[in-house]
Amino acid sequence: MTSRFAAPATLEAALAILAADGAARPVAGGTDLVVAARQGRKDLPESIVAIDRITELARHEVVDGVLVLGALTSHDWLAGSPDVGSAWSALADASAIVGSPATRATGTIGGNLMNASPAAETTAPLVVLDAAVTLQAAGGASRAVAVEDLATGPGRTVAGAGELLTGVAVPPTAAGSGSAYIRLEYRRAMEIAVVGAAALVTLTGDGRIAAARVALTAVAPTIVRAPEAEAALIGATADPATFRIAAAAAAAAARPIDDVRASADYRRAMLVVVVARTLAAAAARARGQSIPIPASRWAPGQEV
Amino acid sequence: MPELLQLTVDGLPLSAVVEPGRTLLRVLRDDLGRTGTKEGCDDSECGACMVLIDGRPVNSCSYLALQAAGREITTVEGLAGVEALHPLQQAFLEGGGIQCGFCTPGMLISAVALLARDPDPSEEAIRDGLAGNLCRCTGYQPIIRAVQRAAAEMRAAVSAGAVTASLVDPAL
Repeated sequence: MTSRFAAPATLEAALAILAADGAARPVAGGTDLVVAARQGRKDLPESIVAIDRITELARHEVVDGVLVLGALTSHDWLAGSPDVGSAWSALADASAIVGSPATRATGTIGGNLMNASPAAETTAPLVVLDAAVTLQAAGGASRAVAVEDLATGPGRTVAGAGELLTGVAVPPTAAGSGSAYIRLEYRRAMEIAVVGAAALVTLTGDGRIAAARVALTAVAPTIVRAPEAEAALIGATADPATFRIAAAAAAAAARPIDDVRASADYRRAMLVVVVARTLAAAAARARGQSIPIPASRWAPGQEV
Repeated sequence: MPELLQLTVDGLPLSAVVEPGRTLLRVLRDDLGRTGTKEGCDDSECGACMVLIDGRPVNSCSYLALQAAGREITTVEGLAGVEALHPLQQAFLEGGGIQCGFCTPGMLISAVALLARDPDPSEEAIRDGLAGNLCRCTGYQPIIRAVQRAAAEMRAAVSAGAVTASLVDPAL
């Protein structure tokens, strides 16, 4: 049962509490922490530090081409930002399909990452976009961790006691790049990925793939890169045949489980479809074609 | 340790002594007697508990009450004026958007939030805006039509200067 609650106004004060009180855990919108307690999956922490009033964690701006997001940046803002939609489309695709309007208005990017769900929507986009988080602790200690290296298992991260995720930095993508995130969903709202994939594709002038990153959602204990798929893409022509080969290769990185939402076999089969579709959307955006956000609502033609 | 919580609910300054783990829904209903906001699933799936916090839609069943300190809460009880229902309430009533009524407080709050940011929503935008609210009676069609009708009336009233912006956005 929760016995202690603090709502500090400054980051310094929040970090001091997290350092002094080993049981203290941060909450921003509560859309994971409190929901898990209501569902009986995990009790509320004994000590809660509400960070939602810390204005320095709520900023979001583009600095020298880098998207700099405070931990409190909402899914709603990410889904609606023209900058994010055009330059970091995969992140907008993911943010636009988190939960419901209320989840998106209240839930934050910091919470989505630190909750470390294998089905988290924003993680795979941030992995392919090569984003890094800042973990801060009291006394000025601060370190950057690649989003790819943040989660170590379901609900677990590399963050140590007293460390708080304070921000996310997403670098600019190279010219000729496009990105997308698509999930398989059974319903349009209050859903999490059955399987999902994010892709970043950079094209040369003659339509070949100069660089590619692919990350997979809900097929392993954490969100994982798919190096075999990336290798199959680089140097190849960006066409449906290439995407099919790469999607089949992506299955090598998948270690799906059977659970209430899908069998492992079904996840493996659908992953191939979702990866091919995501690559097609990312490549279309790299060519300057307009694929609506969220790309999960996009109905590709027969070519995929 | 219980703490004193002071907040504004539907324009009223209210206070309660609250244990840190209690949710805003429990405090609204049990401590403050504001039972218009409903408990459905109690884990953020159904939207019956929807309130606005400083204008943002929030599932109050999964929001810590103490996080609402000093904030403006709008519940279904704050929508009607002294003499007339809110246009959304009137349209739900007249258009069959209400059957058992249990989802209605949350539906109305989500609709208010939607129309505050998009006064002229497409049918798809209405469906997206209400996507966090479940209704087991109506089949949703009368609710969608009621929101369309109320939106048209509210746009007409605003352009005629008949109401202030506060009717459109209770957070203002």
